[in-house]
Parts: sequence; C-alpha cells; structure tokens
Amino acid sequence: MSDSSAISVDSLAKSYGSLHAVDGISFNVQKGEVFSLLGPNGAGKTTTIEILEGLRNKDGGKVSVLGLDPWSNGYELHKRIGVIPQGFKFFDYPTPREAVEYYAALFGAKVDADEILKDVLLDEAASTYFLHLSGGQRQKMGMALSLVNDPELVFLDEPTTGLDPQARRAVWDVIRGLKKEGRGVLLTTHYLEEAEELADTVAIMNHGKIIASGTPEEIIAKYGSGERMSVRGSSALAGYVRANTKLKVDYESGRVTVLLARKEDALAALEAISQSGMEWSELTTMRDSLEDIFVRMVGEESENGISTGGKA
Amino acid sequence: MLSIRRTLADLSVFGKGYVRSREGLFFTLVFPIILIVLFGAIFSGGGGATTVYVQNLDNGPVSTQFIAALNSTTAITLVPVPASDNFSQYLSSHSASEGILIPAGFSVDYSSDPPVPVNVTLYGNPASSTSGIVEGITASVLNSFNLHRANGTAVLSFQAQSIASKSYKYIDFLVPGLIGFAVLTSPMFALVNVSSTYKRDKIFKALSLTPLTKTEWLLSKILWYVFMTLISFVLMVVAGVALFGAQFTLSLGVLPFLLVGPLMFVSLGMLVGTASNSPESAAVVGNLVTFPMMFLSGTFFPVQSMPAYLQSIARVLPLYYVIQGLTNVMIYTNLGSALFDLAVMLVVSAVFFGLAVRFFEWRER
Repeated sequence: MSDSSAISVDSLAKSYGSLHAVDGISFNVQKGEVFSLLGPNGAGKTTTIEILEGLRNKDGGKVSVLGLDPWSNGYELHKRIGVIPQGFKFFDYPTPREAVEYYAALFGAKVDADEILKDVLLDEAASTYFLHLSGGQRQKMGMALSLVNDPELVFLDEPTTGLDPQARRAVWDVIRGLKKEGRGVLLTTHYLEEAEELADTVAIMNHGKIIASGTPEEIIAKYGSGERMSVRGSSALAGYVRANTKLKVDYESGRVTVLLARKEDALAALEAISQSGMEWSELTTMRDSLEDIFVRMVGEESENGISTGGKA
Repeated sequence: MLSIRRTLADLSVFGKGYVRSREGLFFTLVFPIILIVLFGAIFSGGGGATTVYVQNLDNGPVSTQFIAALNSTTAITLVPVPASDNFSQYLSSHSASEGILIPAGFSVDYSSDPPVPVNVTLYGNPASSTSGIVEGITASVLNSFNLHRANGTAVLSFQAQSIASKSYKYIDFLVPGLIGFAVLTSPMFALVNVSSTYKRDKIFKALSLTPLTKTEWLLSKILWYVFMTLISFVLMVVAGVALFGAQFTLSLGVLPFLLVGPLMFVSLGMLVGTASNSPESAAVVGNLVTFPMMFLSGTFFPVQSMPAYLQSIARVLPLYYVIQGLTNVMIYTNLGSALFDLAVMLVVSAVFFGLAVRFFEWRER
C-alpha cells in the first residue's frame, strides 16, 4: 500500500456457511477522501466495513487500515478511527453530553463535549436522554462519539437508513464537515443520491463483488450510454437522419433519439433534421445518472434490495 | 492493562442509568423492604397456634378445668362447639381437621371412687403434623390429670432451653436468607438482561471500538452491584429490626459475603446473557438458573427442613453458601464455618468470572 492509502483491500473474502458474503473484492481508499460502498441490502457492505473496523475476522485476502491489520491490531487501530455501527444504539440513559464525556474518559481524550455536539448539529439535544432522542439525533450522537478520539478515518455504516429527509440532509452536512477537516470517510449506503452527493470515489457492490468503481463521473462515463439528444418527430424523420448521417438513431413513441459520441454529432444531427423539412419540436439532451447505471447493473439481478429513494 | 479511570467512567454511566431507570431503584430500595415486610408478616404474625374445636358434653367442674389446662398451653386455640351439634359433621362443615370431644359424665367418672375410665375422643388427620402436636398436648394434659387423680408426684421433668444462648425467631433466620436473595436476584436478573440486550443492540460492538476492556466493563458492574447489595443489606437489616424485632449480630464478618456474592452472580448473569442468542431466550435460561437456586438455598425456609436429597442439591448451589455464611456470621457467630462458606464462594466466583471473561465476546469471528 502506498503512503497516500488509508485503506487497502486485496482479494478480501468472507463466507457464512455456503454464502459468500464478500467474494474476493479489492479497492483502495486514499487519505482524506470520502469513499462510498454502494449496494443493495445484502450486497456485503456491512461485512466488508466490519472487517475493516476489526469487528470481524476475514476468511481470505489482505486488508490494511492505516497500515495496521484490523483484526490483530484492533486495539491500536480503534484509537485512530471513528466508527458508527449500522443502526447505532446506546445505553438508554446518558445524555449526548454525558456520552461524549464517557467516551472521552475511555479514550483519555480532552474534549469539549459541547463543541463536538455543535459540530454534529446536536447541541440542541445535548441534555436529552438517548432513550428520548429521535432516529436522526441518535445517529448524530453516534457521529459525535466517533469523533471523540479525533480519528484520521471515520467509518459510517448506512448512517442515514431510516431517517427522514431533513435528518438525512443534516447527517450529510456533518459528513461534508468531516471531509473539510481532512478526515477520510468510508461510507456504506444503499441510497444512490447519498453516494453521488458525498463521495469522491464510489464502488458499487452486489452479491459480494465490486461490479464498478471510480468517481461518479468515471462510472457514468464508463458504464453509462453516453450523452443523447432527442426531438419529438416522426419515424420518417428518424429514417432521414439515419440515412443522411453516420449517427446511431433510435425511434420510440414519437421521439427520435441520437447518441452523441462527440460534441460535433449534435450539430450534424440538427443539420440533418433541418434539411429534412419535416416537423420537429421539444429538443432535449440527456445523460445517464449514477442511478440509471446502478439500476441497470444491480436492479436486473435483484429488484428487491434496491433503493433509488432518498429524494431528500 | 486494567485502567481505573475507564472502569470508573463506565461505572458512573451505568450507575446514572440505573438510578434514572425506575426499575433499578425499585429493586434496590423498595423490593428488599417489601420482601422483609411480606415474609416477616407471614411467618411471625399471630404466633402460629393451631385451632382445635372442642365439644364439651359434660359441663362438670373437671372438664372445665381440663379445657382451661389445654388453653394454657398456648400452642392451640380452642373453639367451643355447641353440645347440640353433631361433632364430626360440624368439623367437616367447618373444614376443620382437629377436634376434641369430651364425653358426658367426664367430671363424675373422674371424681368417683374408684374412678371409672373415661375416653376423650380426638379427631385428627393422620397425614397432618399439627394433628400430632394436638395429640401430644392432649396426652400430656390428660397425664397430668391422671397423676393428680392418683395423688402421684412427677419424677421426670424437663427444662426448656433453646439451641443457641438466646432464643431465635423465624425473622432472625429470614433476614440473612432474604439478603442472600437480594445478592442473587438483583445482579443476576440485571446482567442477564443487560448483556443480552447489549449484544442484540450491538452496544458491545460499539464499546469494543473504545479502549474499554471486557474485564473493566465487568468489573464496573461488579462494583455497582456490591454497592447496591450494601444498600439492600442496610435496608433489610433496619426493616427486620424495626418492624419485627429481628435479632442478630452485626460484624465486619458479613462484608466478605456482600463483596464476593455480587462478584459471583454478576459473572453468572453475564455468562447466561452472552451465551444466549436473544434477550428472550436469555430470560428463560436466567429464570431456569435463578428460581431453583432461590427456593432451594435456604432463602425462605431453612435447608435443614427439606428432604435429604434436596439438601444435597442445595449444597451444590452457590447461593447456599452465601446464606449459610451470612447465617453463620449473623446468627451463630460461627466464623470458622463462615470461613469455609467464603472459601467455597471464592472458588466458584473465580470460575464464573473466568468463564464470563472468556466467553463474553466483544466482537464476532
């Protein structure tokens, strides 16, 4: 692993009986970047992140986090990372302020509890028992606890699952704050929008394998069908454009769609349309979103586990 | 390395949660007093005299004296039955098992010269031990009347003397028993619940990501339940003395039992809680372990009153040694025997604590 890597994973494997939860995946996370493992439920995200946190042992492959083996050097590693387990829960009765002070005492860290709670936008509920916190507030308290030891790397396992749109936005703000402070973040999510919004690098996981990875733009460029231009018109118009240019032209229910491999293709298409003298209207251009690609790659195999929701 | 700072930090958070949740306080402050009041009232109120129905068909001076003599024993309470009623029917209609029928002519026959033998009829249930008591009392009163009629003098007699130097009441034995009960139930039920719900809610996983160690976590629970046990002890002692006049010796000898007892049952509760897959199954296993121990270890009844095979079972139950030890210190001031009980507890605690630390997993493989 290079000096700029915070996490390096090589051919990681983990099985539960006959189920290959993680099936030989490899990836690198650079220091200070937000890396998102995106995938439907049951894709193997939590198993992967728990192995990286040192909470689970691997069956095979190599894993290094901040230069340490998470399982055998967990105790050392935990002093340098922050973690919020999925569906974070805590004792019923401490307040967030007391919980932060408790963690500070455990880590032997000097912290200003109110400052940390302000950072995670939880200062208004600093004196409310955990029992009485809302789902979003609990998640934010988990974040506050994960920051007590001033971690270099923060692991967030589905931090916004089950939260309402407003609470989700608030958690996003906190994650952006972490990045601004130069902390690396490994984020698992099944919300596409979340990965697109926050992540520098995305790895799409399904059935224990990584099926695509890169920046959202790279993934779109590589796996998307590229930019397209479309006008309302007849099938005859589609035939005319097809016959008079070298472009790929589709016709479907009153729309003529032209694939744009280069910018110039748009000009060529418009010229042909104009020369045809036929009726046309409603010019639009479009490109695949990460969501289109995700649904195409993952959705076909397992409709059930996907959430393209999170229209926060 | 065991860290006092981390142990105390965990103790403080756990203690605050315990105080803030009402059930915790109930078990520490209210429940011990309820136990003492309830059992004290059941066993020391009224004195336990047996009710015996008497039908006197005689009405002479001797039968009146005879009834007065029976009454004076205080072990039985006599209820007169009108001479006009059928005695055996009266007994069954009153669900009574003990009765004495004094026949007509009792006084005349007793006083005539030479005396005519008289038969007093005793009704009783052969299966009931109280019938035996009534029979014995009646026989001894009859004997003294016979002796008096024959102008004889008693040669053999006895003087009553209690086993120990003072006389003990049931409540005296109940206090150490119920303290043992508190030593068992409070940490057992709490730890079974805490450890299984923490496991389910992945709170142990979260804690494993901090420098807190399993041993520190367990130690803080032990410290807390030692503290709670001491409070329960004081409350039960005060309630026993103030409400029922319980008598026992208070010495520093009780302290080791109040320290090692919670250590033993915190560890056992932890074992049961973490070995189970869900809080529900943990509760079932916890009850299976706790309830037989609670009833067979001499909490509510002395172990000596149980059949021999149950007594052998009691001797393998850890709570037995807590209660025996406390009884030896508080009632018999027999510190030598108490030391043996303490030694057994120390060995068992070490095993439970070691197993709890070993099998209690912060994280999964």
